[in-house]
Parts: sequence; C-alpha cells; structure tokens
Amino acid sequence: MNYPAELKYSKSHEWVKMEGEVAVIGISDFAQDALGDLVFINLPQEGDAVTAGESFGDVESVKAVSDLICPVSGTICAVNEDLADSPESLNSDPYGSWIIKVEAITDQEELLDAAAYEAFCAEEG
Amino acid sequence: MKLIFEKSVPGRGCGLLPACDVEAVSLPAGLEREVPPALPEMSETDVSRHYTELCQHVHGVNCGFYPLGSCTMKYNPRIDEEMAALPGFTAVHPLAPADATIGCREVLDTAKRYLCEITGMDDMTFQPAAGAHGEFTGVLLIKQYHDARGDSKRRKIIVPDSAHGTNPATAAMCGYEVVNIASAPNGCVDLEALKAVLGDDTAGLMLTNPNTVGIFDDNILEITRLVHKAGGLCYYDGANLNAVMGVVRPGDMGFDCIHMNLHKTFATPHGGGGPGSGAVGCKAHLAPYLPKSALLDGGDGIQVRGFFGNFLVVVRALTYVMTLGREGVPEAARNAVLNANYLMAKIRGAFAPAFDRPCMHEFVLDLGQFKKETGVSALDVAKSLIDYGMHPPTMYFPLIVHEALMLEPTETESKETLDWAGEVFHKLADLAREDPEFMHNAPHNAQIGRPDEVRAARNPVLRYRKA
Amino acid sequence: MGSYVPSTQDQRREMLQALGLTDYRELYRDVPESMYLDRPLDIPQGMSELEVRRAVSAMAGKNKVFPTVLRGAGAYDHYIPSIVKYIPAKEEFLTAYTPYQAEISQGLLQSIFEYQTMICELTGMDVSNASVYDGATAAAEAAGMCRDRKRRVTLISAAAHPDTIATVRTYCYGTGDELRVVPAKDGRTDLDALKEMLTPDVASFYLQQPNFYGQLEDAQAAGELVHAAGAMYVMGCNPIALAILKTPRDCGADVAVGEGQPLGMPLAYGGPYLGFMATTQKHMRKLPGRIVGETVDSRGQRAYVLSLQAREQHIRREKASSNICSNQALCALTAAVYMAAMGPAGMAEAARQSMAKAHYLADRLCGIDGVSLKYAGDYFHEFVTVLPKQDEALAALEAAGILGGLPLRDGGVLWCATEKVSREELDRAAAIVKEVCER
Repeated sequence: MNYPAELKYSKSHEWVKMEGEVAVIGISDFAQDALGDLVFINLPQEGDAVTAGESFGDVESVKAVSDLICPVSGTICAVNEDLADSPESLNSDPYGSWIIKVEAITDQEELLDAAAYEAFCAEEG
Repeated sequence: MKLIFEKSVPGRGCGLLPACDVEAVSLPAGLEREVPPALPEMSETDVSRHYTELCQHVHGVNCGFYPLGSCTMKYNPRIDEEMAALPGFTAVHPLAPADATIGCREVLDTAKRYLCEITGMDDMTFQPAAGAHGEFTGVLLIKQYHDARGDSKRRKIIVPDSAHGTNPATAAMCGYEVVNIASAPNGCVDLEALKAVLGDDTAGLMLTNPNTVGIFDDNILEITRLVHKAGGLCYYDGANLNAVMGVVRPGDMGFDCIHMNLHKTFATPHGGGGPGSGAVGCKAHLAPYLPKSALLDGGDGIQVRGFFGNFLVVVRALTYVMTLGREGVPEAARNAVLNANYLMAKIRGAFAPAFDRPCMHEFVLDLGQFKKETGVSALDVAKSLIDYGMHPPTMYFPLIVHEALMLEPTETESKETLDWAGEVFHKLADLAREDPEFMHNAPHNAQIGRPDEVRAARNPVLRYRKA
Repeated sequence: MGSYVPSTQDQRREMLQALGLTDYRELYRDVPESMYLDRPLDIPQGMSELEVRRAVSAMAGKNKVFPTVLRGAGAYDHYIPSIVKYIPAKEEFLTAYTPYQAEISQGLLQSIFEYQTMICELTGMDVSNASVYDGATAAAEAAGMCRDRKRRVTLISAAAHPDTIATVRTYCYGTGDELRVVPAKDGRTDLDALKEMLTPDVASFYLQQPNFYGQLEDAQAAGELVHAAGAMYVMGCNPIALAILKTPRDCGADVAVGEGQPLGMPLAYGGPYLGFMATTQKHMRKLPGRIVGETVDSRGQRAYVLSLQAREQHIRREKASSNICSNQALCALTAAVYMAAMGPAGMAEAARQSMAKAHYLADRLCGIDGVSLKYAGDYFHEFVTVLPKQDEALAALEAAGILGGLPLRDGGVLWCATEKVSREELDRAAAIVKEVCER
C-alpha cells in the first residue's frame, strides 16, 4: 500500500493536494483496494458548491457503491471527465487520478499526514 | 448458444394472419417508420427449438432444491396454472361491464376475505404488481394518513439495518428521510435504539417479522406499541409471512398495514423475476387511502398501476389458499419452520449458523471464521453447490452478517432432500480444507464458468447488434 | 386438503425428535402466548384438486366472454399465436427466480438480452431494461429518471391514458414533486399550451402515441418544443403501432416506454401486463430496473449477467432512484416469443390490419344517422364517436356477444378494432348500432 508523503488524507479515505489556493482531490490507494474493481463514477459538475464532510459523487464497483466525501468546502473549478470513460484508472493509479479540484475554500476537515493516515488504515484494515 | 438473431433467416416467417378483408389505409405522410425493426425472422420450428434450448439452461424449482433465502422458492402447483389459464379469466377485458365480470370480482373479493383473515387486516388491494410495489403502496397509505390529519412534521421512516434494500429505497420514493437503526446482537430490533429515534417526526416503522435473519422478534408488541405511542404507524414487510401464516397474524402483532408477496407465500411462480403480486392489506383506519383506478373508479385516490393489478396471479394464489384451507395454511407454515430447523441442525458442524438458536422458516450461516481458516468464501461455497444440482442460497445478505449464506428450504421439500443437502454441505466443508483451489474455481459442471461481471459493467453490451 | 408437504407424519415426528422437540408449538417459542392464534382460521376447509378445479372454474364461468371485442382503452385483443402460450409455460422459465446465479440461468438471461434487443429495435433506442410492471408504471419510472436537482416538475399530456396520468401523479406525490397536465384540444395535445408550460423547472414531458383517444399526435413537433426548453422527452407508445409508425427515437424521445400487453398477453382482466422501457446511451445509467449485459466467463465463452447492478435498491438502498427489484420476466419472455413468431412482417401486418379495420368500422358507424367522429384528426386503431342512444346501443351489442366501445366520462364512445375481428363481425356490429340508433 502506498501513502505518498506530500499528500494529506481524510478519514473517509480521500487524498488532498494543495496547489496554491486550489485543492486537488482523489481517493487513496487503501480506498481503491478496499472497493475493488471500480466500474463507474458519478461525477459532479464544474461550478457546484461542495461542503466539507458531504458527498460530491460516488464510485461503483460491481456489488457496491461508495460516496465520495469532500474534505473541503468551496467551489468545484475542475472535474476529471476522463474518469467517466476509464474509472479503472482509479484502481491502477489512484494518486495520478485526481477527481475534482476545489477553489474558494472556506473550510476543511481535519486532515492526516501520510504517517498518521497509514496508522489509521492499519487500524481499520 | 446462438442468439435468436443469429438464427434468423431473411424472408422466413410463420404465416399467422389471413389477408386483410377490408380496404387498406395509409398512415399520414411523415408518420411512417423509415426502417422496419430488425426482429427475428423464423419458422415456428425455429422458435420452438430456440426456446427449448434456452429453457434447458435454467434451474427452476422443478429442476431441484432451491433454498434461496428470503425468496420462498416453494413448489408451484400446476392446478394453479391451469386455473389461471381458463378462458373465462384470460379473455375478460378489464373494462368490460360489471355484469360480464362477476366471476373476476368474486375471485378478488374471495381472495381479499381469505387473505385479510390470514393477516389480521380489514381491507386489501391487489393493484401492486410486486413486493417492492406493495411496499410503495403501503408507505403511501401511511403518508396519506398523516397528510389527511395535517400532521406534516412526520418526515422519517425507521428501518432496521437488517432490512431488505427495498425498504429504505421505498421510504425514499415516498419522500421520507430514512433512519437506519442498528440491530441488537441477537439480530432483533434494539429497543433502546428504537426509543432513541422515535419522536413527533416519526411517520412510521418498516419491519419484517420474522426478520431477515430468520428470528421472530419476541418484543414485537412492545415495538409496535412504542411506534404508535410516538404517533407513527407500523408497516409489515410480508416477505417472511410463510413462517407464520395461520399461526400468528401481523394484525395481532400491532401492524397497521402489510404487503404480501403472493409469489412467495402463496405459491405463485416467480417466472424468472415476475410477474408477482404485492397485495397490500390494511386496518380500517387506512382503508380510505387504498389505491383506485382513474378509469374505472374516477376520483382522486392514489393509483400505482393500471386496472386491477396482476389478476391472474391472484387467481393462482386463491386456488392455492382454497386447496390448503384452514388446516393446510398453518400446516405449511409449521413445516416450513420444521424443515429450516432440521436443515440447520444437519448443516451445523460443517458451517456455523450466524445466530445459533432455533430459527423460523430460514436461517443464516456465517462463513466469516470459515473463510479465515480455509480461504474459501461464501461465494465459493455457493458456486460449488451448483455442481451438486442445488441452487445456491442467498449470498451476502443480510448485510449485518459478513460472508452470509441464507437458506430457506420451504415446506415442500422432503426429509430425504434435506438429509441429502446436509450431506452436501458437509462434503464441501471437507473439500474446502483439502482443495480450496477447486472451490475457488467452481462451478465446474455448469454451462458456463464464473462470468466477468467487471467487464460487463465497465463496457456495457446490453443489446445485440449485427456484426 | 393438502399443503404440498411431502414428508410423512412419521418423518415429521422423526425430524421434531432430531431437534429434541415433541410439538410444533415449541418451534414457535419466541411467539408470545397472547398473539399465538389459538383458533382455526376463518376460511373454508381445504379442498382436493378436483374440488378446487370445480370451484374456481365455476367462478370463471360467471364471467361473460365476448367473441367479438371492439374495446381497447389500454387493453388490446390482438391475435395470440398458438406457440406464444406454450413457451412461457415451460416449467424452468415459469418457476425460476430472478437470475442472480448466472451459471445456472444462462437461458433466462439470454432470453432477457434478446427481449432487450427487440425492444430497442422496436423503439429505435439504444438500451432497454428487462421490463417493469406495466405501461403506467413505466411512465412513472421514466418521469423519475428525468428529474434532477434543478428540474423537478413533470408534464403529462391530458390525452394520455387516465390510469397513466393517475399513476404518474401518485409517484410524484411520493417524492413530493409536481405534476402538471398539458391540456388537449380536439382530442390531441395542445402544443401551444405545452410551449407555454415548458418552464425552466420542467424535467420532462410525457406524450402518448397514439393517444388515449386513438389520435396520432405530432410527436416530432412536441419533441422539438421539449428539447428547446432543455427538458427530457418521454414517449409512451403502442408496441404494435411501432411496427409501422415512426420510432420514438426518430421523434426525438429520450425515453420510450409503453404497455407491452398487445405483444402476446391476454386481456386477463388487466394483468399481468408488461411495461417496456428504453432510453439512449446517454441516459443508460439512469434507467431503473434489471438490465442484462453480455460478458465472457472464466473460460472465455460468451455469457450473460445481470449488469449495472450498482444502480439498484439492493446496493444503493435509500439512494436508489427506484425501489423496483422484480420485473415482469415471464411477460417479457411472452413478448419476445410473440415478436419472434410474428416477425417484422407479421407485426407490420397486424398493425396495418388493425388500422384498416378501425377505419372500416368508423366508416360504417358514421354512415348511421346521428353518429359522427368526435375528433377530426388522424387515428390508428381507436377512435371516438358521438353516439345517440349510446347505452342502448352498447347493451344491444353485448346481447349479441360483442363488447362495444368504451363510454367515456368526457363524452363519446371509444372504439377499437384489431386484426382479430373480421369484416363480417364489423358489419354485424354496425348493423346492430344502426338498428338501435335509427329505431
């Protein structure tokens, strides 16, 4: 399992990378492994408002669906539409497959660093 | 197997209609279809052989043991089919005048009377076409009741976490917020958890009893009393009625309305996924809100489908109830419960029941520990049963048990079948320790191996297109 | 008399003993004494198969079966080829459950995949589900799949079947959404009114083709209006008419639904019938209900499975867009066998003859003093007449074994003809009406 040190993580298994004022958000290696082969992603639209701790979309495996929880509050400024055609890249490259970018951030959940997140996953696993 | 379209031969057909004996009429310009539909072109022999080939690759109740938990796969008597095929029923137009439909109304009235007696309800509708459709109708009765009283703050429906997925989905379709409550360790309703969520925003509770782990909740009177005290109503999901029909009645447990799956409890065939019938019964205070037909009855009542519902399914169910009668109905329930307990006892030692106590008509095995020990999952065991000619149990349900297999033998299986099934489970438990790899790859003797469901979902191919 | 329990009394005792029990009551130890039913059910004693056959046949005998049916209004008396009855009666198709276990359900899954393809062919759409309960619920489910967060209002034509309007209204009542009915003018949807009513909060508009009065709508023009307003277009279609009529796809529909009963199902006092439902590739994931997809198995052979299941209630629970789980699989099979037996030519012939005979009947009836068509527009196989002495005329027809048209609440009689009625029967019906009206 891979926990890149430069990222922050939420307890609902999303990763966050700050690029200046913009938060780039995806799901962690631990999350994709637990979910299994992903077959579909419900993406939000650019311009949608998001709230920390609330769902902004979901991902489907064959037998399950899981909400994507937004770690920050703000406005979606970009959506990775490529994922709609290839949700499997969330499995093969979770950290290369960002899902949304959020700007005008007003609030954020408590985020863990890589070491703390790895410990958290070890407990959950 | 070839698809029917791959067997089609241009120009072939069946010759079913005479030449037109009146003058032809053309569609107005611009309304004609441009290209004819590419439907199969076949002789009657082709059609007959194609579907005979297909039916040879379907496991029905007639083929062998079908212990699919929560689905009540009992034998479907053939007399019920014959009665439903009587031209006196099949040829009746739903909008025929009243004096031409006396027999159909007698069927509906008689079925209503018998089923109200069996469930302890006062009135009933046969309009819903399936169990989930019945749930929708039943919860709409609750909604109309509160609305008629101007009680608009009741926004929540309480559902235990062991419930069928249709319960929360139904509540959502009726505009309610779903409040899931955790089950107690014994699989029943946790009274404290229930009390904690009850309030003046409670519209109702949806419950099945016996519940989805096959246990009769002995707190049921207290549960319905608490909900009523909070001003809510109680909805009985009749999925598991087969365990208790003629023995204890949902009406006497305190429920206000109920749906029955006539295609489970009352032996009408499942048809590969329908048509069923989700008859909804209710106490007198909800009767004014039962659905009506706009075309037949006029007025502004709710309506959940056209006409009277799946009438021929009601004919089958009535035939079944008339055959069983007052002794046969409880006899069926008691033997369903006996068979389940007997089978559970036979399997114990091979696999562990999730709740090791007497069950009702079905029980759940928990293969969590077994999987840790052998690496063989509930799915592997289920698929291995196929090689023995047994339909697998319900897998991975209820959600509160991981690695669950849920078995419901029904009363129409003999002691010999149950003894045999017990032996098969023991063989598989042994095999899992000797050759787990073999079980990971099961089934070995079915028409196909395990299908690639990920591929099906990632690249959906949902219709045939000519290459 | 029976309960279909095979174990003998001795075996039942043995089984109880094996569980350490002596009595059935002990199996129900969790049932409180106060509610344990201590009396027999108040229903008759059980019957032997012969007795029950007599009793139920007697009920069927109290119905009157009309050799000639000139009534439709949502339930159509088409000719059902003989083989159509035999295939769905095969016990494997009849008694199986929903095909969750693909390895022992390939025949059933393939039959549904073939049905889906046929519905796509008939409607011109890309994707069909495995069916829903009936035409009215299909319309209601379609309205549900069109709503999103911003667009919540559903529009439906007043010229749709009254049961469909009521059912869609009920589903809207459930979710707390609004249904607005677009008025009809001269028996057809008032497109000017539609244009006015297409506000930015409208999610979809439902048009029935041919409509409840049998009239052919300008479906394409309606679709253009709907799309110009950014809403989704749902068409409810008669599947027999679709053999010759412009497809919903060509009329611009986003969702095509309809009552599948004409495809080989008997009138049966209203059910079981079949709701068919198809959409475009774009809206595939919003389609409710079971869908069968093609894949390969572990050995690389073609195989079929229930697919896209993450849309459904057993996975999404309260977040599912519909609670539907079963379909009408056996009715879908019936429809598929019907379409295979009839073929494209046979279905087109049934459609043309139905239309021709309806026009022949209308001509005969309108030749009678005082009888006229209520609506001027083109029609398929149903039409409304103004009919003096309406009740007397219909009673006279019934006495002669003919189920005449349906008297409508808003006036007039709605007639229907199919390929099943002969010219002689139509002449005879017209003669009886003439006799009454000109008496």
